[in-house]
Amino acid sequence: MSTTALPQLTAKDFASDQEVRWCPRCGDYSILAQMRKVLPNVGIPKEKIVFVSGIGCSSRFPYYMSTYGFHTIHGRAPAVATGLKIANPELQVWVITGDGDALSIGGNHFMHAIRRNVDLKIILFNNQIYGLTKGQYSPTSPQGKKTKSTPFGSVDAPLTPLSVALGAGVTFAAKSVDVDINHLQMVLERAAAHKGTALVEIYQDCNVFNTGVFEFAQKKDEKNKNCIYLEHGKPLKFGEKLDKGIRRNSQNCPEVVDINSVPEDDLLFHDEKSPDPGYAAMLASMRYPHSPEPMGIYRCVEKPTYDEAVNFQMNSRIEAQGTGDLEELFNSGDTWTVK
Amino acid sequence: MPAKRSYENASLDLTFYEFERKTFSMATDVVDAPLADGKPLETLESVVIRFCGDSGDGMQLAGTQFTNTSAVFGNDISTLPDFPAEIRAPAGTLGGVSGYQICFSNREVFTPGDELDTLVAMNPAALKTNVADLKRGGTLIVNEDEFDKANLQKAFYKDNPLEDPNIMAPYRLHKVPMTRLTRDSVAGLGLTMKEADRCKNFFALGLVYWLYERDMSSTEDWVREKFGKKPEICESNLRALRAGYNYGFSTESFTVHYKVNPAKLAPGKYRKITGNEATAMGFVTAAKLSGKKLFYSGYPITPASDILHELSILKNYGVRTFQAEDEIAAITSVIGAAYAGDMAITASSGPGIALKGEGLGLAVMTELPLVCINVQRGGPSTGLPTKTEQADLLMSMFGRNGECPMPIVAPSGPADCFAMAIESMRIAIEFMTPVFFLSDGYIANGAEPWSVPNVSDLKPIPVSHPTQPNTENGYMPYLRNEKRVRPWAVPGTPGLEHRIGGIEKADVTGNLDYSPNNHSHMVNMRANKIAGIADYIPEQPVEGMQEGDLLVLSWGGTYGSVKTACDHAVKQGLSVGHAHIRYLNPFPKNLGDIIKRFKKVLVPELNLGQLKMLIRATYLVDAQGLNKVKGKPFLVSEVSEAIHKMF
Repeated sequence: MSTTALPQLTAKDFASDQEVRWCPRCGDYSILAQMRKVLPNVGIPKEKIVFVSGIGCSSRFPYYMSTYGFHTIHGRAPAVATGLKIANPELQVWVITGDGDALSIGGNHFMHAIRRNVDLKIILFNNQIYGLTKGQYSPTSPQGKKTKSTPFGSVDAPLTPLSVALGAGVTFAAKSVDVDINHLQMVLERAAAHKGTALVEIYQDCNVFNTGVFEFAQKKDEKNKNCIYLEHGKPLKFGEKLDKGIRRNSQNCPEVVDINSVPEDDLLFHDEKSPDPGYAAMLASMRYPHSPEPMGIYRCVEKPTYDEAVNFQMNSRIEAQGTGDLEELFNSGDTWTVK
Repeated sequence: MPAKRSYENASLDLTFYEFERKTFSMATDVVDAPLADGKPLETLESVVIRFCGDSGDGMQLAGTQFTNTSAVFGNDISTLPDFPAEIRAPAGTLGGVSGYQICFSNREVFTPGDELDTLVAMNPAALKTNVADLKRGGTLIVNEDEFDKANLQKAFYKDNPLEDPNIMAPYRLHKVPMTRLTRDSVAGLGLTMKEADRCKNFFALGLVYWLYERDMSSTEDWVREKFGKKPEICESNLRALRAGYNYGFSTESFTVHYKVNPAKLAPGKYRKITGNEATAMGFVTAAKLSGKKLFYSGYPITPASDILHELSILKNYGVRTFQAEDEIAAITSVIGAAYAGDMAITASSGPGIALKGEGLGLAVMTELPLVCINVQRGGPSTGLPTKTEQADLLMSMFGRNGECPMPIVAPSGPADCFAMAIESMRIAIEFMTPVFFLSDGYIANGAEPWSVPNVSDLKPIPVSHPTQPNTENGYMPYLRNEKRVRPWAVPGTPGLEHRIGGIEKADVTGNLDYSPNNHSHMVNMRANKIAGIADYIPEQPVEGMQEGDLLVLSWGGTYGSVKTACDHAVKQGLSVGHAHIRYLNPFPKNLGDIIKRFKKVLVPELNLGQLKMLIRATYLVDAQGLNKVKGKPFLVSEVSEAIHKMF
């Protein structure tokens, strides 16, 4: 047996010839750059990679990649991607979406793609604002947010994307930040390697309409104070000197403790493979500034994928009944002959 | 051994054994000597029967069985199932009446018939809502057991109409105690009263089988297959069926029975088919003819769901079905599958089609091939979910944002759904465009004989996916051929990576381009591409007179009644031509010339004048409309009257 090695591609090979037209210092630039860096290493030939997007600033993404790409309509990318993936399960299909696209107009498709476990990598650019339509509040904007459409402050309660996804049973859930380059690359690589729906929420700065809201996780000197960097099998720790930890209190809720005052075994140990989504849901509920916020892989479990199951069912019918014959189909049921 | 039992409320106090002896000994006689009853047998050309009763009475089943038997016997048939939107409306009410009408004949028939020769009414509500359609002198068979005080009240009868000579005088009334006789026939099988009563439809069916000299064996086989795992249910249905047959045979009530000889259809093999069955089969065939897999996505909706049901059992034909979370996911997943290179289709009905509008726009913009089936029903909004209408033509033409042209085809009847399904897929592939397939509730549920085609006679649908770049500068996704059609490169093909989307793009490269002249160029390009399909569809045929006084233009499921009315008019010496349009966008090239050859134009439609509006706008002709929006197909007499008024 001989195998032909794939030519080693670089980030440049994944850049299309189109000029990138996001606003200066938009967080999308970094996400695009990390994606281009990660893809040469995921082991999938370029022609088998497809980016499907909805509508919004982030959804221009496919035009900037040199892979196959489909810029669809608002909120529908997961449904287009589902059809694509069922029809050709050999493709690696990435969905590029935003907080408005995935959680507002496209909430239904988002939820159903996840509960079916279609093998899609959903990259959710969360900037907590509608940028393309020039600054209205989004389903992830915090209550009280003043925007063009909420001059007196938003009265809507926001959604937590990972909580929604975990509620629908997502098999891979992760969170990262646009400018945390190494962390984001790691998360994207893990998403690419996951079989099933992989949801990656990326906090992304909108430099024009909502800048600075993610500084707690972006600034080098702040992020360790505010974020817990998850590692499978390791205790949940954070703080400038990793001197704080998380344990469950008597109500089974997470609480912050000084690691020098409790034995390490009392801390919560991260288990991304926990079959119970409740643990990851607890992590998802930990949000800055009320709590340190976990970053990284919340959950990564294996389950059969929808596209696989649909094709398995078709193929097993073919195996059991033989390839359908039109003559037989036409003559099924009662026939009669006129002479 | 079944226990001896008799029902307390049965006034005919027969035990099971007595009843069996009385009825089944006769059944043996029938087999030995079919004409042993000595009752005269009259031969008829055509008969129209309607079974009607409560939604739970199994009238659709009785009608379907009678249809199958008549089809296999060789009659030409046309059917009209008519049922309420409620699965089980309160029993005995006017709103809960379900009916199944069938016309069977020894000559070609094109409609389920205007008026009834025989009406079977299982309760007062069914009688009240249907008796007006029974012709004078027609046979009226009622289940008299159900005409009690409570049921009469539910149907708003003050007194029992069966006792009122003013109401009953025009008909040949047969009062049959069906409930009681059915219970008696199944006595001893250990059935509950409810289960026993569920067999009434077979009693009624058996009686009508006797009345029209039908062979019951195909229904008996069906019962055995369907209920094989429940022996007592199987046996009870068979007994009720035979009891009904024997009742006709043995009672004095029926003095004559009838025979309708087989029709002289063109030689060949036939089977009965409904529109939804033919549609499903047509698309499976289209996929095979293109060497492709079929991807079907839909969200359950009446009256389109049967297409999903039909296709989901045909997986071994390379069919993948996807029951989507909503109508929007149904169309957009189909777009994804089309992008991947599948034969991709979706089906819905009016409200669902409205939801698909934006998705269809994306398919027009990206120029991907797919078919959107609309099994039209009464609208607007939820409208009349189970009734037919043709009021979505203009939505199909114009119901999307922007200049968004889509080809539209419409089958003319149940069997034609097969041919037009293949045709719609051919157009979609050949022209890289989404196509509308406009069926309707009448066609979808109605049945007729279908001449089974030879697979070898079906023309392949050529499909090509490029594997090499089409220019020196690489692959150009919008570089067009002489028909203005772009190539269909599918993801997974090395070297042809490209991006498509709903945003305006430059021709040839497909790169984003909002410039004024480019948009103008692309809008016109998309419009001209669809208009150009007229060169690749058949010319419009005309039946009857080829020129003269009146051209009748129809489309979709009204073909049968309009054709029949036009045939009558021509026989009566009127100068009438009939053009039934199956290609609605673009129109056949010669349609304008045809219109010029006639002095007047009449457009009968089940809407307020949608085709008429298109005809007037396209050909500047003063077309007149015949419009009906009652959730029911045209009667032949309605169309005839309109034709006569034009003279």
